[in-house]
Amino acid sequence: MDSHAAYRLHPQVALRPEPFGALAYHYGNRKLVFLKTPTMVALVRSLADHGSLAEAFKAAAIPPSKHASYERALADLEASEIICAAAR
Amino acid sequence: MPPLVEQLKGGLDAPICLTWELTYACNLACIHCLSSSGRRDPRELTGDECKAFIDELARLQVFYVNIGGGEPTIRPDFFEIVEHSVAQGVGVKFSTNGSQIDPVAARRLAGSNYIDVQISIDGANAFTNDAVRGVGSFATARRAMDNLAAANFGQFKISVVVTRENVDQLDDFEALALGYGAELRLTRLRPAGRGADSWDRLHPTNGQQRELYRWLVARPHVLTGDSFFHLSALGEALPGLNLCGAGRIVCLIDPVGDVYACPFVLHDDFKAGSVRDAGGFTSVWRESQLFLELRQPQSAGACASCGSFDSCQGGCMAAKFFTGLPLDGPDPECVWGNADEALALVGAKPSPGPGHSKPTPVALSRR
Ligand code: SF4
Ligand code: SF4
Repeated sequence: MDSHAAYRLHPQVALRPEPFGALAYHYGNRKLVFLKTPTMVALVRSLADHGSLAEAFKAAAIPPSKHASYERALADLEASEIICAAAR
Repeated sequence: MPPLVEQLKGGLDAPICLTWELTYACNLACIHCLSSSGRRDPRELTGDECKAFIDELARLQVFYVNIGGGEPTIRPDFFEIVEHSVAQGVGVKFSTNGSQIDPVAARRLAGSNYIDVQISIDGANAFTNDAVRGVGSFATARRAMDNLAAANFGQFKISVVVTRENVDQLDDFEALALGYGAELRLTRLRPAGRGADSWDRLHPTNGQQRELYRWLVARPHVLTGDSFFHLSALGEALPGLNLCGAGRIVCLIDPVGDVYACPFVLHDDFKAGSVRDAGGFTSVWRESQLFLELRQPQSAGACASCGSFDSCQGGCMAAKFFTGLPLDGPDPECVWGNADEALALVGAKPSPGPGHSKPTPVALSRR
């Protein structure tokens, strides 16, 4: 992940809130992914509102010590096309 | 926070894997049919009821439904229902024997991006397939595959129930799928519906199960709908959630609108309610006594002392139920043979669920 780049929820993805977080479904590639915490759900939903990943982390009050693990999780979501790079 | 799998066991706001059998009518009479299909039930949901149900699923954000039957394409309003569903954002995956997939139907299906088609076969050649599904059924299925390919449908699925008779054809199934650019889907034979009568002689032997496990481990791209997690007891877990999702993430709606815990437990003991009830499907899913019970922690019973329990979870509830085994003990196909003694001692098995087999006895010629 590039913390200076902007990301967004993929336009073909729908999120369904669940007690543990949310389910994300990609209508194109039919992948179903679990977003396992409410923080992750809020972060993913907010990506499009920020010009960079770093700003999104800041707005979601995610401490720097946790950035690496969130970036790994987001990279998995990008690989499944749940999120994608946003055009600037 | 408990791990995801534990949370899934506690149930979700709506199912992930919802199977909807559109009709009990079928032009075939497969000897292992899980829903004992054949004749239409006069109480089946009307077209309007089907559409209202789909609208409810859309409100619940159920992303897709698995449509089956019976033979769903036999309903005259099949396309209307499917297209209504897709328009509401509820994608459709449907299983068919292929008999109605002529070139026109194939082109109509190819026109939507949100319809997945699964053609069922149970042998890689007519001899093996037709012994289970009836004379001519293999040729019919191949014709449907040809039609989908000619219509540029894209990637469809070839769906196979693994049996003692076809388990040595796994490579042939894979080659067939590859030839069409299709995905292969293998599922487990369960003793449900007419499958209860054929299970004893059709379910794979333990040696065959081990072969199957090795074959699947080497092919994570082969779809299984999570149905072989009892084989994970043999070592590395197979891909998937590896848990019994009945009433937790899985449920079945039968053609008359009754809601069951899973497609393989069409029996009064596992009926939670009906989509025709006052609160609709939503309150059956969220509030029915049965589903709330299934979401409680389940006892491992005789499996508790087994070192494989974490991966195997004691196997499939439906398989235990219809073979007359206790639900909190080993699966009838326990890879360590821990159910063999109990199986030999079983007295009366539960009666099968609602039967819609055609009255004329089907010739069960085998070989
Ligand atoms: S009862 Fe068997 S088939 Fe049904 S969800 Fe549980 S494990 Fe799967
Ligand atoms: S004893 Fe139970 S947990 Fe162990 S392998 Fe057999 S079915 Fe699975």
